[in-house]
Amino acid sequence: MKTFNYHSAKDVKEASKLASSSSAFLAGGMTTIPSMKLGLASYKDIINIKNIKKLSGIKVTSKNVTIGATTKHVEVANSKEIKKALPSLASLAEGIGDPQVRNRGTIGGSIANNDPAADYPSACIALNAIIHTNNRKIDAENFFRGMFETCLKKTEIIEAIEFEIPQKSSYQKLPNPASRYAVVGVYVAKHKTGINVAVTGAKACVYNDKDLAGALKKDFSSSAIDKVKILSSGMNSDIHASADYRANMVKVFAKKAVDAC
Amino acid sequence: MASLVGSRVERKEDKRFLTGKGRYTSDINIVNQTYAIFIRSPHARAKIKKIDTSKASKAPGVVDILTGEHIAKDKIGGLIAGWAIRSEDGSEMKCPANPPLAKDNVNFVGDPIAVVFAETLDEAKAAAELVKVDYKILKAVTSLADTMKSETIHEGIDKNMCYDWLLGDRQKVKEAFDKADKIIKLDITNNRLIPNAMEPRACVVDYNTASEEITCYTTSQNPHLSRLIMSAFGGVTPENKLRVVAPDVGGGFGSKINLYNEEIVCSWAAKKIERPIKWVAERTESFLTDTHGRDHITHAELAVTNDGKFLGFKNETIANLGAYARVFGTVTPTYLFGPCATGVYVMPAAYTNVKAVYTNTAPVDAYRGAGRPEATYTIERIVDKAAIELGMDPIEIRMKNFPTEFPFKQTLVHQVDSGDYVGGLNKAKEMSDYDGFATRKKESESKGKLRGIGVTTYFEACGIAPSPVVMMLGCGVGLWESAEVRFNPTGQVTVYTGSHSHGQSHETTFAQIAADELGVPIENIDVVHGDTDKGTFGMGTYGSRSLAVGGIAIVNACKKIVTKGKKIAAKMLEASEEDVEFKDGEFVVSKSNKKKTIGEVAFASYLPGVRDEVKSPLPEGEEPGLVESSFFDPANFSFPAGSHICEVEIDPETGEVKLDKYTAVDDFGTIVNPLIVEGQVHGGLAQGIGQALYENAQYDQTGQLITASYMDYTMPRADNFPEFNIGYTCTKATTNPLGVKGCGEAGTIAATPTVMNAVINALGGREISLPATAEKVWKACKENKKSKAEAA
Repeated sequence: MKTFNYHSAKDVKEASKLASSSSAFLAGGMTTIPSMKLGLASYKDIINIKNIKKLSGIKVTSKNVTIGATTKHVEVANSKEIKKALPSLASLAEGIGDPQVRNRGTIGGSIANNDPAADYPSACIALNAIIHTNNRKIDAENFFRGMFETCLKKTEIIEAIEFEIPQKSSYQKLPNPASRYAVVGVYVAKHKTGINVAVTGAKACVYNDKDLAGALKKDFSSSAIDKVKILSSGMNSDIHASADYRANMVKVFAKKAVDAC
Repeated sequence: MASLVGSRVERKEDKRFLTGKGRYTSDINIVNQTYAIFIRSPHARAKIKKIDTSKASKAPGVVDILTGEHIAKDKIGGLIAGWAIRSEDGSEMKCPANPPLAKDNVNFVGDPIAVVFAETLDEAKAAAELVKVDYKILKAVTSLADTMKSETIHEGIDKNMCYDWLLGDRQKVKEAFDKADKIIKLDITNNRLIPNAMEPRACVVDYNTASEEITCYTTSQNPHLSRLIMSAFGGVTPENKLRVVAPDVGGGFGSKINLYNEEIVCSWAAKKIERPIKWVAERTESFLTDTHGRDHITHAELAVTNDGKFLGFKNETIANLGAYARVFGTVTPTYLFGPCATGVYVMPAAYTNVKAVYTNTAPVDAYRGAGRPEATYTIERIVDKAAIELGMDPIEIRMKNFPTEFPFKQTLVHQVDSGDYVGGLNKAKEMSDYDGFATRKKESESKGKLRGIGVTTYFEACGIAPSPVVMMLGCGVGLWESAEVRFNPTGQVTVYTGSHSHGQSHETTFAQIAADELGVPIENIDVVHGDTDKGTFGMGTYGSRSLAVGGIAIVNACKKIVTKGKKIAAKMLEASEEDVEFKDGEFVVSKSNKKKTIGEVAFASYLPGVRDEVKSPLPEGEEPGLVESSFFDPANFSFPAGSHICEVEIDPETGEVKLDKYTAVDDFGTIVNPLIVEGQVHGGLAQGIGQALYENAQYDQTGQLITASYMDYTMPRADNFPEFNIGYTCTKATTNPLGVKGCGEAGTIAATPTVMNAVINALGGREISLPATAEKVWKACKENKKSKAEAA
């Protein structure tokens, strides 16, 4: 690991001010630190944002669940309020990585990193999330741009993620047996205003499958999904799963999610 | 006093391990130490044209940079294969030179070529990045099936073949096959595994300029053997000037049998640079350079009668040695594999032919089970295939071919002294509720799932030792084991053993044995191992040999203590030696109440005279002290056996395999500590199941390891396993006084075929290769659906 300057910011303003094109914010560090150790990334400045109280916490209303950016996966998984208001989100958090990752990793870090196989981005898409940063509010559908890419600017800090509570929802995934990331993860959410079928792990970036959503709009049942054709083009292919398998699993896990709704 | 052998004594080791007080190699720091970083080949096969260290050597903190040129100039020897194997045509095996730092050619990704020593680890890493190596990249040989037709990796080794070995009688097999009703054929790949000990390899080396002694702390399963190789073959320094210490070691599984490049290089360099050196592998280095396991391609045929009797068996295997032949590399796919090829069965004729070849991949060597898992996998899969093709129950076909009388002369080599294969399988059948499977299958089917049951019966040859036998087979050393038992004057006992514990709990098990033999409380017994300066000598721990060989050396040393103690006690008690009996730690004159405890006798042995109330003159001709040592070399291997049965449930929609039930019934002979044996069985099962369902080391065509991290190499986790249902049968080994057989490898030997037989059973007999990953199983389910539709 290359040497770097370490800063612990006391508030968002200070953290943002310290940020530059050669800095990284440190929350859980679940990706940042291993990347640095392996020499895949190096930064001049590491800005710890874990001590900024405002960035952590869970707020639940009748319509929304708002989670602070540095809230850990374990806190979401164990939150009684979330389990009651939005159990699919608590169960997603419970299935991330392993206990060590859940005890340190944060929701803001997960979505800022936008790993193509991460779980949380699918929740953002499915639950019409609004990403609150220190200078704007971003709709989830505009937030995720591509593989490990978001619309965040270098000095921009995610403060909280506001999820809309749907009428029904479920997240089902086929975990990679090695890493427990999603080989394919499908988050189905039925809102008053429409249906989202967010898919992670399958392609370079999380996406909302309009065909599946369309089929479910007509008939919210797993048999409706049977009729949808999912193409393998554009699907990831690696040593863990071929594109063809992934395409099939999108369907299988969408069905599982609908059945579990 | 109740016997401790057989009781669940809690581990003496746990206090330090569970409180973070273990002392591992990387916990050791020596004042003024430098840090080593190895420069490794990023290519699988290349010529080294030039190494430019000029910029790196000027980098901050750099103490020295050494390359293959330096090590060759100092005439430091390379790594060796410990067993010489002859080909069927009588020719000697062919092994390439394996210098500790490659000078001219690199042969796998991770092959070390130079080393940087610097004041800090970060400085060493930064300088290592400045070393410029000019390579001429050559085409890598990575496909095991095509190796013999590929370019020659090592000059003078045709077809990349180390040997073409045969065990058995081809003619007899041919005759048996001519008489058969049916020939069952099977082609399988035994997947490559990476051992993944929890503690990565490391070494810390100190050179004393005054005494000229080198002390090498290292992560080894056999420090004495490492010292021998480093002195005799490496020529680093004479044996008396080299101390090798393997302190607490966090798992080995075979991968720490070998003496590695880094230990030789750091030991040689510490003397050269006159500074202590510390090297600790990073996890990626472990993936790339620890010896790997398995990696066979096998074609097997089994000749059977229509009623399921076995007539003959042949096994044609290509075994991957990787880039170089290492200590157990050449014997693992031959004498540790071939003899077990026919499994537990009466097999009138058989042969095993193994072609061992070199590839541009990490060296392959012993990995928990070493050869026996590969052999057992093949025979147990083909026996199941025979059952399917003959329409027989897998238990029925096995029962039909078991030997029922012991000693049993096994077809290829072994004289199996004891066993009860019928009893073991019956017990496993009962414990697993085999007969209730049909009901459970229906239940699974009602949920849209498939359920399969798998059976394996195995025997293995472990307690690897008999020196006359192993040396005849090609072993470069004798495989006896030694022990020294030392009474302190105040009555506590120190047991020195040549075995090494890196998870096996010798400090407890061996103390239990000594406690029983000497009648001393276990708290007063300490077991010392892992230091060539402490104790006599040893050949180390592998091949489930510690208890059956090392443990018996302790028993014999204890018996010598008692013999001497009896003479001293007789003198003290003014009785004749014949009238003195030893029981529960006391020497008692028969038909009297006169007695001395062994502690009193020990005390007396160190005070051989008369003064005031001390009156303990030694018998005439007896030396003072109560210290005895023993070298034990058993007459034969030991032969554990067992029957494992498991059930899997498959989701045909996703192909995910859930291991639902697992029953293991093993015969380890006498069990000294059931708590520890359970742990060994559990760990072995985890690794065997890992091979069946998860673990798979993969290289790409250019020889890059594409599973070089835990993101891609699937280590099984606790939630992948059901609660293991463990049982035992016991037939004692007749070749050692405790009747013990060895339990360390059984789980890995039996679990892989058990799980795969269950998966294939669930898939209606459709073949599937290791490991049964979700996608492969999903495809098989789809194929089954297609063939069903076509049939309908």
